[in-house]
Amino acid sequence: MDNQEIQNQVFAIISEKLDKKVSEISEKLNKNVSEISLMNDLGADSLDSVELVMGLEEKFDISIEDEKVEELKTIGDIVSYISANITTKG
Amino acid sequence: MDECKSNLLKGKRGVIMGIANDRSIASGIAEAFINHGAEIGISYHPALESRAMKIAESTGASFAHSCDAEKEGEIASFFNKVGQKWDNIDFLIHSIAFADKTYMKDKYSDITKDAFAQALDISCYSFTEAAKECAPLMKNGGSMITLSYYGAQKFIPHYNVMGVAKAALEASVMYLANDFGVDNIRVNCISAGPIRTLASSAIRDFPELLSWHRTHSPIKSNTTIEEVGGTATYLVSELSKGVTGEIIYVDSGYHTIGVRSPENKAPKQ
Repeated sequence: MDNQEIQNQVFAIISEKLDKKVSEISEKLNKNVSEISLMNDLGADSLDSVELVMGLEEKFDISIEDEKVEELKTIGDIVSYISANITTKG
Repeated sequence: MDECKSNLLKGKRGVIMGIANDRSIASGIAEAFINHGAEIGISYHPALESRAMKIAESTGASFAHSCDAEKEGEIASFFNKVGQKWDNIDFLIHSIAFADKTYMKDKYSDITKDAFAQALDISCYSFTEAAKECAPLMKNGGSMITLSYYGAQKFIPHYNVMGVAKAALEASVMYLANDFGVDNIRVNCISAGPIRTLASSAIRDFPELLSWHRTHSPIKSNTTIEEVGGTATYLVSELSKGVTGEIIYVDSGYHTIGVRSPENKAPKQ
């Protein structure tokens, strides 16, 4: 799976869990998608992030440790975490 | 999803307390009950309203009301609303628990008096209170079920105060079964294996718990909310007449294991 594909799937999970279109937010804020913050730009609360993490774990068949979850602040953080971890886990 | 349907619960109606989202154990039970012909009403914590309403809609619940089990009078007022809608109900499912996340890591003994009281109040007393309020509505007898976990019986890392609260909850099942048995109301408990839910995500290192469970259980799999829904269906149906005060394990058999059989290697999930 290449980065573009991962990014598209991450977008799909975010729009499903947070009910928000990433591309629209990116345009509105005039921000690169990878810099969009889950909490500040998408308004995700702690329950949203838990649901998001569960969705990502299921989709990519990975396990994200609690300590790591706190470091995933932007969409870019998520995409690079996933690209770094799915290859090693097969 | 396993779409097992029947008329086992046809003509039965009751309430399911503690739905958060589609991963909630209570949602698995709601879905099973609807599939087996029951009518359900649900309760949810006010902070989870938008999530719970989605489940109310998708399962076809007859009503959904907010109920904060910690707030004085909210459980009574919930059953007051239930009584206005239905003059008679057949079941109560209690799937409510809470402990401050701060204490769901490190040592049990880190707990404070306030956090201890809060965990016991919401996770144990709320079932006793709900049973008290609900019993008068069960005019033709009924079935009450609460949810527990093996951390009530044995040490589980990071489960901490919740293990103590679940032990109290399991003990209360015996006492409630005796209080209400005379009214033909049965009170039982389902002890489910670890399931990834909004609630369990508060437990530190939960994925490790899931993987340990999967590797060491007789049936090499993690517990699903559909499996819990199946046993709950049995406990509410006439098939379980005569069963009360029981703790039933829906945990792939994990609670029977002393040492795992060395030739039984778990499959990769």
